Amino acid sequence: MTPQQVLSQFQATGVQTCFHGRHIEPQIYADLNGTNWRLKDYEARDGYAALKKIINDGLTQDQVIATVKESALRGRGGAGFPTGLKWSFMPRQFPGQKYLVCNSDEGEPGTCKDRDILHYNPHIVIEGMIIAAYAMGITVGYNYIHGEIFQTYDRFEEALEEARAAGYLGNNILGSNFSFQLHAFHGFGAYICGEETALLESLEGKKGQPRFKPPFPASFGVYGKPSTINNTETFAAVPWIIRNGGQAYLDCGKPNNGGTKIFSVSGDVELPGNYEVPLGTPFSKLLELCGGVRGGRKLKAVIPGGSSAPVLPAEIMMNCTMDYDSIAKAGSMLGSGAVIVMDETRDMVESLLRLSYFYMHESCGQCTPCREGTGWLWRVVDRIHNGHGKPSDIELLNSVADNIQGRTICALGDAAAMPVRAMIKHFRHEFEAKIARPDLPSSDGKQPVPAGARG
Amino acid sequence: MINEQTRSRFDREVAKYPAEQKQSAVMACLAIVQQEQGYVSPEAEKDIADYLGMAPIAVHEVTTFYNMYNQRPVGKYKLNVCTNLPCQLRDGAHALHHLEKKLGVGMGETTPDGLFTLQQSECLGACADSPVLLVNDRTMCSFMSDDKLDQLVDGLRASEGRPA
Repeated sequence: MTPQQVLSQFQATGVQTCFHGRHIEPQIYADLNGTNWRLKDYEARDGYAALKKIINDGLTQDQVIATVKESALRGRGGAGFPTGLKWSFMPRQFPGQKYLVCNSDEGEPGTCKDRDILHYNPHIVIEGMIIAAYAMGITVGYNYIHGEIFQTYDRFEEALEEARAAGYLGNNILGSNFSFQLHAFHGFGAYICGEETALLESLEGKKGQPRFKPPFPASFGVYGKPSTINNTETFAAVPWIIRNGGQAYLDCGKPNNGGTKIFSVSGDVELPGNYEVPLGTPFSKLLELCGGVRGGRKLKAVIPGGSSAPVLPAEIMMNCTMDYDSIAKAGSMLGSGAVIVMDETRDMVESLLRLSYFYMHESCGQCTPCREGTGWLWRVVDRIHNGHGKPSDIELLNSVADNIQGRTICALGDAAAMPVRAMIKHFRHEFEAKIARPDLPSSDGKQPVPAGARG
Repeated sequence: MINEQTRSRFDREVAKYPAEQKQSAVMACLAIVQQEQGYVSPEAEKDIADYLGMAPIAVHEVTTFYNMYNQRPVGKYKLNVCTNLPCQLRDGAHALHHLEKKLGVGMGETTPDGLFTLQQSECLGACADSPVLLVNDRTMCSFMSDDKLDQLVDGLRASEGRPA
């Protein structure tokens, strides 16, 4: 066998994560099977009908934006900002070049929904971007794709070629006087580039270090020009909204939380995968779709919105519905919709240790509180985990977190601090137990070494 | 030096951006060089800098900022195993340790025959496929149980005419 043949045996098919038939009223993942990602398949699923409706019926920019506002679609990347409102911030009459950017730099631990959208339904993102470009009078766009999913990047390039050949992209789209050029860009391994201004820097060929806001991308974005950035799933929601109307989309969710949302469920469930369900679906129902907690064990905790979201204990989580407002009220955030499930056997100090390492590793180094603080957090959690913790360490962790949060240019600092505070808040006894029992053997059986002496 | 074929791949990337913004193609050009040469050498950075009209240090800043660029030669197959929390909950670290035993090297090391480099990686964005690993930056391998890891390593060794 050639090396390519060897590797081909281990490729994901999407059956476990996407075509499992356990979605509820899916819009983005509807009728996918892994082979029907091409243009003709997408057209058979009503694809590009929304774009044709806009062009043929002569919908105005204002009408498109009003429909998106009516839908209550909120940004699917993590912040949950109302999409229609964001689109209305774009200075449409700006005389120079404006840009549209899709954030497919999906690296928030736990999140794997955009990969399946782009891999199994790429044209839905292309159509959503074309509609957004039309609504804001933008003629050039880029899709920034996570470097680790290079096969998906290659496929997206192929889908772009199909769309160009069919007249959906390029000059005078479908015979109108609207033109839009769309290109694919790939990252190469930097979590921070999921932050929108770091992404812009990266797109300009630089280190991905976030910019101060303001100015916001709507006035100073790619190459200093007005730009709008939305997440992949946000764009993917747009064609359905245009075809069926804003009210219909809102009706599938709950007030202020329109439509369906894709949840990437990972960790201790029987059937990890992506689940597209209406916003407002009870967490208990989502857990049921995933086959419940693995091995019939009890649920201990859930990180409901990607690793940066504060952890919630089982009893709080089981009373939540999966939407922005319910999760926020419970003290966490829906974020990117990455649901990390942990069962009763899990060691929360060990879990936090891995997350703290991640934020230290991915801090871009620009702001001192984050650059120094993330390493400090990791070293202290490491010594607690390995039996060298001091009684004052819990307060020290909270203090370091306090001195990072709100003191950095971007939200990575907050993202590093929040899990620490939430873990201590809800599972303080586990930290105290490790501190009270010093000199625990480390998991590899070797003598524990002081924090900072490794890695 | 950049040969004609590589240059045409560069040209295709540069064409995506405004004429005065060629620098936007630097990440793609570096990834192309890495695919063709196995790593990004200082000479390659200089070539890309010349091609894009950038200062070599500006190219080097990009190489060193992003995790996936190899700043020195690696094995013919670079294996990046995700061990971030969602994968840690589903045997990500176990997969890494299994490969350490199978290959006889530690994390971050290259096998003496130059065939494999084993690395830990941060989130690959395929959390529901855990254990996952990325081969040579471009091929994601999913649901990598111990048996599959053995098949992968043995298969790649065999494809190179080495004993399993």
